[in-house]
Amino acid sequence: MKYAFYPGCVAKGGAPELYDSTLAVAAAVGLELVELTGAACTGAGVLSERNPELADTLNARTLAMAEKEGLPLMNICSTCHGVFSQANARLKKDPEYRARVNKHLAPEGLQYNGTTEVKHLLWVLMEDVGPEKLKSLVTKPLGDLKAAPFYGCYIVRPSWVLGYDVKPERKHYLEDLIEILGAEPVEYQGATKCCGFPILTMNRTNSLTMTGTHVSEATEKGADCMVTPCPLCHLNLDGGQVEAAGVVKEHLALPVLHLPQMVGLAFGLDRDKLGLRKNLVDTGPVLEKVLGVGK
Amino acid sequence: MEAKVRVARFDPDGDRDHHYDEYTVQLAENAMVLDALIDIRENVDETLSVRCSCRSAICGSCAMRVNGKATLVCNTPMSRVAPNGEQITVEPMGNMPVLKDLVVDLEVFWNKVKSVTPWIQPEGPKPEREYIVADEHMQNLINTVQCILCGACVSDCTVMEVDPGFMGPAALAKAYRFAADPRDGHKQERLELYTQPGGMWDCTHCFQCVEVCPKGVAPMDWILELRREAEAAGLKDHNGVRHSESLAHSVKESGWLDEAKLAMDSYGKFSDKLKLVPVGVRTILKGKMPKTGPFHHKRPGAEHVTRIFEELEGKHS
Repeated sequence: MKYAFYPGCVAKGGAPELYDSTLAVAAAVGLELVELTGAACTGAGVLSERNPELADTLNARTLAMAEKEGLPLMNICSTCHGVFSQANARLKKDPEYRARVNKHLAPEGLQYNGTTEVKHLLWVLMEDVGPEKLKSLVTKPLGDLKAAPFYGCYIVRPSWVLGYDVKPERKHYLEDLIEILGAEPVEYQGATKCCGFPILTMNRTNSLTMTGTHVSEATEKGADCMVTPCPLCHLNLDGGQVEAAGVVKEHLALPVLHLPQMVGLAFGLDRDKLGLRKNLVDTGPVLEKVLGVGK
Repeated sequence: MEAKVRVARFDPDGDRDHHYDEYTVQLAENAMVLDALIDIRENVDETLSVRCSCRSAICGSCAMRVNGKATLVCNTPMSRVAPNGEQITVEPMGNMPVLKDLVVDLEVFWNKVKSVTPWIQPEGPKPEREYIVADEHMQNLINTVQCILCGACVSDCTVMEVDPGFMGPAALAKAYRFAADPRDGHKQERLELYTQPGGMWDCTHCFQCVEVCPKGVAPMDWILELRREAEAAGLKDHNGVRHSESLAHSVKESGWLDEAKLAMDSYGKFSDKLKLVPVGVRTILKGKMPKTGPFHHKRPGAEHVTRIFEELEGKHS
């Protein structure tokens, strides 16, 4: 299984533990990753807001890079995944639009023909690697750990752009994966809602209220941790949890794992390679529960 | 077919909180969720309150939540929400007070729509006959005109859940409809109003309203269009504009995000920038170092990203 790998900006910047844990899990399940080191930022939806055609052109450039390699594009960020999927849908649907966009790619020797498949690591694990192979790799079942899934808006909506009509099972991949790893998924309302990160600088109170509400609800439902496939959600849920606690006026201390960190734990991978010390909310309680040891 | 329906019930005369009643009814194979609710009311439990009228997805009266998602129940087939005969859950819309069972008080919704002055306010001398508008100037407004004011987008708006003061997707889509109408003479004032707290910049871009709108209005798309209009109209003194400009500048110059700079640039006030200090300190103490080192640098091929920006900046399709 070989993929053009798009790590995104945050995994190379503010969340290096996501990048490291992704490589560790990829090696464990046998994914061969060809990193697209020259790919641009997707614009995280913000660039599409300013100038849709400019954002689509930059994303067509990355899709063309993967197409040139003859590989599907694997990403590790719900937001990047959604932005790519939306751009891909527009480019596949409209050959005239694609031709107009391609004029800007030509000077670099690139052309996008609309054939690239976009897959988040979550989908790669559940659809390409498959539950059976994943189960066979679990050496440290997560036991009685209760994990609250947090998807991130862009991997959930709009559902028709993300293939949920064809593959409705995608709606519960995180819960399914949590079970495969031996843990128990926590059911709560926040799982597919917004983390608040996009408006952190525009309306800090609303943003952190969203974060605090979801973390609080998950905690109340008995979660030992949250797990997310989106590093931007992680920035608020983990990075902003202290401030969110202040806004919702509650004590919050819920570890928030990146998706591959949780998978790696169940696979018994080296904890240092999973970067569990770099999460801002102490992940010690998760390790204690899973491995019976502190950090 | 056999339809199993779990319905949220609330009676203001006596109930302190809602509860659920479960019903099983026999329906035609092509029945809608509304058919199930009407069957329950007519044949099983006449105390059930349901609001509906046209049964043709035109009047917008029957929006409610089916399995947690707002929809018009008159055009939601049972076979879609319960393909294998599963029990479905029907609840009233969110973000609005429940009057009884599945009926909500829409006053909050209407007040928000009214707040955007949802009619054209022309300026200047009146034409002898009607105001003439070229077709191309109305193209952008077609989607917003299709809104049937059902409230589904407001029901599931993630911002309104935490901030009832947010104008919300329906009102902001309506706001765009009039701000962008060439016959209107108050565009600047409108945009200034919608730039205020609770307006266009408080939308999180979460796609909930796009997902649930039964008429394809996609309110979020028009909120984003309002942002472009506001920026073009010179309304730039906002963290939203600073954030957007910094992100674009960073990608243009280096191919990817300079996260630290983006965070600092986004806050206009120095006192707000200081709010970044605690999380910055925690990040450093945890040893989070970017994979590319402490200093932001250009990605390979960044010159092509810069070129694409130069070719397309200022061009908006």
